[in-house]
Amino acid sequence: MDLQFLDAKATFEERAAVDALPEGAARDQLLPALHAVNDRVGWISQGALNYICEQLHVPPADAYGVASFYSLFSLTERPERVVHVCTDLACRVNGADTVCDTLTEHVGPAGKARGGVTWLRSPCLGVCEKAPAALAFEAGDPAGSELLAPATGAEVVLAAGRSPATEEGAAPVLHQTDRESLKLLHRIGAVDPESLDDYRATGGYAALRNALQLGPNGVIREVTDSGLMGRGGAAFPTGRKWEGAARQPALPHYLVCNADESEPGTFKDRVLLEGDPFALVEAMTIAGFATGATLGYLYLRGEYPRARRLVQNAIDVARERGFLGTDIMGHEGFSFDIEIRRGAGAYICGEETAIFNSIEGFRGEPRSKPPFPTEQGLFGKPTVVNNVETLVNVPLILTSGYAAYREIGTEKSAGPKLFCLSGNVRKPGVYEVPFGTTLRELLELAGGVPEGRELRAVLLGGAAGGFVRPDELDLPLTMEDARAAGTTLGSGVVLALDDKADLGGFLLRIASFFRDESCGQCVPCRIGTVRQEEAVSRIVGGRKLSTGADDLALLREVGQVMRDSSICGLGQTAWNAIESAVERLGALDGAES
Amino acid sequence: MTIVELGLPKRLVEFTVDGQAVSVPEGATILDACSAVGKEIPTLCYGDTLKPANACRVCMVEVEGSRTLVPSCSRKAEPGMVVHTDSERTRTSRKVVLELLGSATDLSTTPGVAEWMAEAGADPERFGPPAPPSDDRDDALPGEHEPVDGLTAATVRQPVKVDNALYVRDYGKCILCYKCVDACGDQWQNSFAISVAGRGFGARISTEFSTPLPDSACVYCGNCVEVCPTGALSFKAEHDKREDGTWDESAQTETTTVCTFCGVGCNLTLHVQDNEIVKVTSPHDSSVTHGNLCIKGRFGWQHVQNT
Repeated sequence: MDLQFLDAKATFEERAAVDALPEGAARDQLLPALHAVNDRVGWISQGALNYICEQLHVPPADAYGVASFYSLFSLTERPERVVHVCTDLACRVNGADTVCDTLTEHVGPAGKARGGVTWLRSPCLGVCEKAPAALAFEAGDPAGSELLAPATGAEVVLAAGRSPATEEGAAPVLHQTDRESLKLLHRIGAVDPESLDDYRATGGYAALRNALQLGPNGVIREVTDSGLMGRGGAAFPTGRKWEGAARQPALPHYLVCNADESEPGTFKDRVLLEGDPFALVEAMTIAGFATGATLGYLYLRGEYPRARRLVQNAIDVARERGFLGTDIMGHEGFSFDIEIRRGAGAYICGEETAIFNSIEGFRGEPRSKPPFPTEQGLFGKPTVVNNVETLVNVPLILTSGYAAYREIGTEKSAGPKLFCLSGNVRKPGVYEVPFGTTLRELLELAGGVPEGRELRAVLLGGAAGGFVRPDELDLPLTMEDARAAGTTLGSGVVLALDDKADLGGFLLRIASFFRDESCGQCVPCRIGTVRQEEAVSRIVGGRKLSTGADDLALLREVGQVMRDSSICGLGQTAWNAIESAVERLGALDGAES
Repeated sequence: MTIVELGLPKRLVEFTVDGQAVSVPEGATILDACSAVGKEIPTLCYGDTLKPANACRVCMVEVEGSRTLVPSCSRKAEPGMVVHTDSERTRTSRKVVLELLGSATDLSTTPGVAEWMAEAGADPERFGPPAPPSDDRDDALPGEHEPVDGLTAATVRQPVKVDNALYVRDYGKCILCYKCVDACGDQWQNSFAISVAGRGFGARISTEFSTPLPDSACVYCGNCVEVCPTGALSFKAEHDKREDGTWDESAQTETTTVCTFCGVGCNLTLHVQDNEIVKVTSPHDSSVTHGNLCIKGRFGWQHVQNT
């Protein structure tokens, strides 16, 4: 490829950051290279981009298209210290606006550099149980980060004025104290997440041992018979997915663990990643064994520095001790390893095909299906993509057996399920319950709405989910009951809104979120999400177009076409929550004249 | 015109379109099948010389059993498929997609679209009056936008980019079909001078750091202009004549000849108005060019007129 470059040179620091990448790096190291420069310098200059392109043989316009896709990268000079203040659903309900106002007053408006720092409004940071949250990054070698949650405006102003103490916030805490009943969360907070010995002492790696005895087909049979369905939102049968990839003749096969948890209100995967990282490493190893993959990518969202450190540690320790690498656990010929890929601020990269483009160093745009990932996925090869929570169920299945696993939950929705409780509840956090627990029971576990308040609505399933009314709380939380009730469990979001919550503002934030996070590839989503936000804004603000157009009718039509004609799930679900607020809560009543 | 490569004999796939039995060679798309039976489906991002980009969603059809509509330009026909091209769902989708495009983009130079809109009953103005043009779309940040009041409809209106003597970029007309990027990149030219930058509504076609074309990797083959479906990219000569109000397609003749610059033998189609060459294209079904040319064939025609 004959590449042409702008006349700009990289500085010593920029070159050093890129030179630290593995030798012979190719295009799939583009995202790591952009991170390396952004981490060290704070932004990506023309010279740095040129240098990256020379090293990786990527056309500069192409690399610019990739770098400008991700919100954690800056292509214009900015201070070394950047504070991201979460203004998404749960933080919004818990005072994010006040934090932003305080910052505006003391540090200046968002996006403007002042005194070596700039602050930005951020989509969900995934710490909804401790809302409101802020995450500070400081460029350098090494780069620093500091999570503040829950944070007051004054604390964030203080943090903006100092170097991050590489303080990652407190370890996840469970409110469910009866650990005996917990199948997925039993180690969280009870073992040292950095200790492989702790992990093994609590049953770790028994499942992989069983898997090696069962053989790949045996493992797939167990997982299929267990009835495990994906926990990322789509609820596809995991065994069938594994089998689909395993029987593909093309080699190699890949495994991708989707840890790009970016659905507003979702933080269950973060709790697993931080609290029980070895469980995920073991589960990925089993999945690799079953599906014939020798390399697994863990695509981790860029806003989870603590999870990244702990999972990287788990991978390194597991490799040292023979649980990753070649001839794993003495099983000759079985090789498997895991590479972490850090996302850079793009919700769409959690879509199962966008994740491939992102790992390969392209814009995180979804691909058209078919072909499906199990036939042609990462690098065009058969690939299994599984969510973190889905994978963490696998060791449980292989130690207890599929029959015992099926005892948990209901006939059609088997197993335990994690839910992320946030918003106006007394004890926000991750809760593990069997499928079939009612929404009322779950809310009671979290203490219900605060004293003296009344429940107005529950957002179930996240921004792509739907609202449930207070008179519908007896809904059993299963895939089939949710579907029958016209909603979805999605990624396990249960966000409670009380009678004081600003529902209109909340809906506007959902519309704004989808507009921001659309990749822009297809027309229904790229423009539809804009028109949706504009219409919601008019309704919420009590405004009308001069034509007097019926905004609800307009929303319905645009919503239907986004659902019918968008390329991927983002556009297809961008109207769900707003539609359910209209249909079930009458939230935008008064719009029709 | 679709270029059909004659390879090994192919099996035939039988399925139905709007109740009509159709049989097409394996690998053909629903759109191919519709063309074969004379059913016209509007397309914008579909390129007869490019891989389907699937981006515009104007050609969506209904396939029984599919949860969503499917793009006919890229979905391959399967045996027994039952396709509807004119159901209520497809009509609504086509209408709204055209409305969305029309509300955000200047489609005044997009061939065919006015008729499709009239046929679909599309009214882009129902989303409100267009917002004023913006001169900083090239700096749009991913994941961020200003709060909206909804009283105007956001658009991609922006100043025309005139930074060289050969072609003009009017991105207020760009529907982001990806065809120029694909033609410039690995599908034809391998210059990789442009890419899609940013994301969401802020996505735009851009050079590296939105540098002017003369500083970019552009080699002025004009193949991006050749494939542009909306006139967002146009030859400078055409652009100037449109500005003057002297561009008159009905008065133009087209003559296909062979380029004399080198020995490759590319076909050139000379578009002539008032005895003056105003544009050079190449037939897409030419086995030599597939519609592509180099800078000389595309732009080196002034000497013909130096009498």
